[in-house]
Amino acid sequence: MGIVGRIGLRLLQIVPTVALVAVLMFALMRLLPGDPAIQLLGDRATDASLARLRHEMGFDRSVSAQFWSYLEHVATLRLGDSITMHVPVTRLILDRLPITLMLTGMATVLALLIAVPLAFVAALREGGAVDLAIRMLGQVGLSMPVFYLGLILLITLAAGLGWFPVGGIGGGFVENLYYLFLPALTLALSLAMVLMRNLREALIEVLHAEFVQFATAKGLRRRLVLGRHVLRNALVPTVTLLGLQIGSLVGGAVITESVFAIPGVGRLMIDSIFARDYAVVQGLTIVLAVLVSLVFLLVDTVQGLLDPRQEAA
Amino acid sequence: MSEVAAAAPALAGAATPGRTRRLPRLRPGPLLGAAIVLLLLVCAVAPDWVAPYSPLKFDYRGTLRPPSWAHPFGTDNFGRDILSRVIWATRIDMQIAIFSTLFPAVFGTVAGCLVGYFGGVADLLFRRLVDLVVTVPFLVLVIAIVAVLGPGLVNMYVAVSAVGWIFYARLMRGEILAQKRRDYAAAGRVMGYGWPRIVFRHLLPNAISPVLVFWMTDMALCILLGSSLGYLGLGAQPPTAEWGVLIADGKNFMTTAWWMSIFPGMAIVLAGIGFSLLGDGVAALVRRR
Repeated sequence: MGIVGRIGLRLLQIVPTVALVAVLMFALMRLLPGDPAIQLLGDRATDASLARLRHEMGFDRSVSAQFWSYLEHVATLRLGDSITMHVPVTRLILDRLPITLMLTGMATVLALLIAVPLAFVAALREGGAVDLAIRMLGQVGLSMPVFYLGLILLITLAAGLGWFPVGGIGGGFVENLYYLFLPALTLALSLAMVLMRNLREALIEVLHAEFVQFATAKGLRRRLVLGRHVLRNALVPTVTLLGLQIGSLVGGAVITESVFAIPGVGRLMIDSIFARDYAVVQGLTIVLAVLVSLVFLLVDTVQGLLDPRQEAA
Repeated sequence: MSEVAAAAPALAGAATPGRTRRLPRLRPGPLLGAAIVLLLLVCAVAPDWVAPYSPLKFDYRGTLRPPSWAHPFGTDNFGRDILSRVIWATRIDMQIAIFSTLFPAVFGTVAGCLVGYFGGVADLLFRRLVDLVVTVPFLVLVIAIVAVLGPGLVNMYVAVSAVGWIFYARLMRGEILAQKRRDYAAAGRVMGYGWPRIVFRHLLPNAISPVLVFWMTDMALCILLGSSLGYLGLGAQPPTAEWGVLIADGKNFMTTAWWMSIFPGMAIVLAGIGFSLLGDGVAALVRRR
């Protein structure tokens, strides 16, 4: 199957998964006890205003009727209006999504820039003091929650030394690069520790492989052996892992945005929870599921390019 | 989250040359891990013995004091001793580690056994469920459930349990799939044993070790998750001393009293390291068998 066929197939596979997420969210929001109208308007709301709100939100119709209109809306990407902000949820999400995408994108690049060299150094000096130090760093990094790491960077680099802003975002793209650097570094460090640990394992395995010994024996320069043979083969499992980590990355973004007061979708999610704005929480979960699925698709494609053997499988 | 966990045991195997020995060699890593976990358990069981002060005693003449001999971790904005608060918080965070993993581990193991052994429609549905859990970030799913139930520790346990069992079941299902093809399983069937006996007496003991290893790592991950939710205000609620909540308390004093946030965070890191080192040790022990 060609690459286009593969992508098409994976795109089709996204549909049932996202449909399942949508069904789950519907079940969660509607079938749990508690009347959202009362929660929104408070205990002292009049019966008339409660009835009006229920009608506006469609809660007075049968569950099956609600379910069908809901599925229809999700399929056409009309996710309803925010209950508290009276703006279409799609609009709210689209406004804030670019910031979150930029944050996670920067974090991924930074994570690779940190993880790949460290893993290389550790693997080439396997068992040595440097390797041990890097592995211990990884252990500490893996045990450090994102929000704590963010706070440490905030206290030292932003509040202490004043090198970076304490939070928020800037005016344009270039200013955003500066504002988002510290949050992205926070996310990147926790991602890098996971990547580094696994890339190191993969590199050590490849370094001991026969084709590497052969390449060295045949007199290829060290740099060529490492760059063309070792790194390329070790990158395949790393790219897979990077893809699998996208969930944690998005979860981390939710927390990082809260720590650094960044108006992205993660912050929107937390704010909506406290405001009990279910329409936004529901819409966001579905949109994030679609995005994560798309990243899986991307990873699948990149894997195929890195390792043509997988095309056949 | 399962990916992090899967990565953890890999390291342990690389550093165990003494495979032929009968008794496991006492390696420093797992020993240190066990010591840390023991220390945390002591703090959790008897915080009043360990903590130098009451975690709730206000002292308005000694607010926001930096670390000193009298208060090694300093004091907070109400003059409460931070070391004592961190020690008392251990009780809540250990509770999080146990309560958020107990149901998933037990239920997930049984469910994984059943779908793995019987396959069929249940297995098909289960695989869809796995797709779903992989697609929606764990934290986002847990947050969405907490959003509906309302913030709080108990609701957090419900949310984590509702999602977490799937990771255990996936692990168990894979192991059972491999074990049920083995000869001893066929022998059991030939002997006419009923399925409960084959699955729970014969297959389960042979398939359980990866789940046990994952359980250790999962406890560390749940402490991280629980403290993150506490920090966001979705987990333990403020008067309760919980590491994440303590860090959130200190955030407003970030510039003037860094110790308020930094020390509780160190407790989280310590717990994370302790549990994952112990998990590595368990993994090495299991592998030796």
